[in-house]
Amino acid sequence: METLLQQLINGIVLGSVYALVALGYTMVYGILGLINFAHGEVVMVGAMVTLAVIKLLAGSGLPLAVQLLIALGVAIPACMALGATIERVAYRPLRNAPRLAPLITAIGVSIVLQYLVVLIWGRGYHPYPELLPTTPIDIAGARISPAQIIIVVFSALMMGALLWLVHHTRLGRAMRATAENPAVARLMGVNVNHVITMTFVIGSGLGAIAGVLVSVNYSVAHYQMGFMLGLKAFTAAVLGGIGNLAGAMVGGLLLGLIEALGSGYVGDLTGGVFGSNYRDVFAFIVLIVVLIFRPSGLLGERVAERA
Amino acid sequence: MVAHIPEPPSMKQRSSFLLFSTALALIVAGCGKQEAASTGGDTIKIGLAAPLTGTQPHIGLDIKNGTQLGIEELNAQGLEIGGKKVKFELMAEDDEANPAKATTVAQKLVDAKVVAVVGHFNSGCSIPASKVYAEAGIPQISPGSTGVRYTQQGYATTFRVVANDDQQGPAGAAYAINTLKVKNVAIIDDSTAYGQGLAGAFEKSVQAAGVNVLAHEHTTDKDYDFAAILTSIKDKKPDLIFFGGIDTQAGPMLKQIKALDLKTHLMGGDGIQTPALLAQAGDAAEGTVASIPGLPKDKMPGGTVFLNKFKKRFGVEVELFAPMGYDAVFVLAEAMKKANSTEPAKVLAELKKVQFNGVTGPIAFDDKGDLKNGPITINVVKGGKWVPVETINGGATPAPAK
Repeated sequence: METLLQQLINGIVLGSVYALVALGYTMVYGILGLINFAHGEVVMVGAMVTLAVIKLLAGSGLPLAVQLLIALGVAIPACMALGATIERVAYRPLRNAPRLAPLITAIGVSIVLQYLVVLIWGRGYHPYPELLPTTPIDIAGARISPAQIIIVVFSALMMGALLWLVHHTRLGRAMRATAENPAVARLMGVNVNHVITMTFVIGSGLGAIAGVLVSVNYSVAHYQMGFMLGLKAFTAAVLGGIGNLAGAMVGGLLLGLIEALGSGYVGDLTGGVFGSNYRDVFAFIVLIVVLIFRPSGLLGERVAERA
Repeated sequence: MVAHIPEPPSMKQRSSFLLFSTALALIVAGCGKQEAASTGGDTIKIGLAAPLTGTQPHIGLDIKNGTQLGIEELNAQGLEIGGKKVKFELMAEDDEANPAKATTVAQKLVDAKVVAVVGHFNSGCSIPASKVYAEAGIPQISPGSTGVRYTQQGYATTFRVVANDDQQGPAGAAYAINTLKVKNVAIIDDSTAYGQGLAGAFEKSVQAAGVNVLAHEHTTDKDYDFAAILTSIKDKKPDLIFFGGIDTQAGPMLKQIKALDLKTHLMGGDGIQTPALLAQAGDAAEGTVASIPGLPKDKMPGGTVFLNKFKKRFGVEVELFAPMGYDAVFVLAEAMKKANSTEPAKVLAELKKVQFNGVTGPIAFDDKGDLKNGPITINVVKGGKWVPVETINGGATPAPAK
């Protein structure tokens, strides 16, 4: 029983990470109809910048928690600026182009960011210091570390904060209007460019924190860590209903649980025929099945009407 | 008075300019490469194929540096082969630890008319690339591929300066059974030719000795979340976990083993026996066991001298395979001297008979290209350092105690 509990915990932690990153994907897709492939890389840049600042502060004698706050204070605005720049430079000129153009551009931006990071920080795997306590606590025979608890709680908080932002503030109302119909929103006095930039900024800020949380949890940062994470997070967003904030959260958690339970039990269930190296396969099979029977995702999609 | 503001270039003007400058840049780049090839008729190119980017760049760089050092020292010796002074040049290519890229790299090296190739590192890359080299008759010496299949394909051009997994697996098994006295194990591999091969060799050996294999899980060489697999293994309570894979994953794996309170040690092969693993896993690495083909770095005949030379030249410590790259180059030079020629076919003939005392020990190849009598050393992490505890002389693998 405690194994099942442990696998569930593993799944929820993994899922919370996916959910946090998925929020960035789902917001951008909801408003622009664009899959921002570069988002995974922004997450990675957040982790890398934080590590760089921590290394700079290493000899300063400040407590680790303060160092983390300072590093985040540098990394979050950096990623926000990065997100806004990407939008301005790579996506805005293609606002009226056929859908394929910004998609390919997004892939290009993703590659450029990866290799910019290689130029600055090198290709190796960087060990991550223990910025959050990772000594596990025992709960009913299963183990969870404070860092993992923070990941889960923070993701939930962020989703709540985003939902509040979108439904109870002026900016949120502008975002919903733009998501529904950008042309009419513009006619109603919404500064659509500003709204889109803010979407990228918020998504990137969250992405930066997600990057740090992931790196602390696994104690490693690498220039390619954003790629698979981004792909899975996007899958989670689609699973829950693209454009739907709550959907991103549900999709993320579900994906994490499927992966953890799948790779943990499939070996036993199939008598060793399919091993845990098929864990990515389960996630994508579930996605295919859900989309066949419910094409708009579990909670329904919300994308801009493009007349 | 209105200043004349120059009109921005039209769309058509912009694209033709862009086209022109791109073409110009390509021509210049192409010219640059050709110039390098045409200077010096006596420049002998030796190819290097290693994972310089991707999942194991520190190992690739280590091999490149070791080989580079060898080339520089050979050039300093001013060798004369076939009556002409020769100068060696290293042509280093990156195979990204990706089997598909490896064959592309191999073709590129062959087309560049290298005399021999030191590479690749990953068995999963050496094996497909060996076909390309074999068809071109270019000798290939691997500084680190331990996958057995590499030398069993029937090619005359495959060599390696390390023991293979058919020796490494049983050696690790013997240590586990005789010294660690394990009765049941769990095995994880990274689904690569190397990881699966090594884990398979280990599994066969321990099963033959009556040890219970509780689980054989798989991951990929890009994953770093092992919580699900480790949780499943924890449930089965093994005495030891064997991991066929590389240090970049063993590091996070060790941390997760500690986090899950799995009270077993991890054992692996040469892929995990690096300083990078210690940096990555910190104190979670304590007690980890690893087998490596070859003698401990400082027990190698030329070890300490090499370590110091390397540190002085490159400013970093040797990871593990740099001495093998270094020796590979010297072995090639020795074969060239004996053949008194730099033609690949003649060098190949001499390589089969060569006997050379390298930094890593005496080097001679058997009829398949495997290293004769390659020793295997078992290392354990004690007090945050890799400490060699046992050396098993190659060829004779100790029979596991029943």
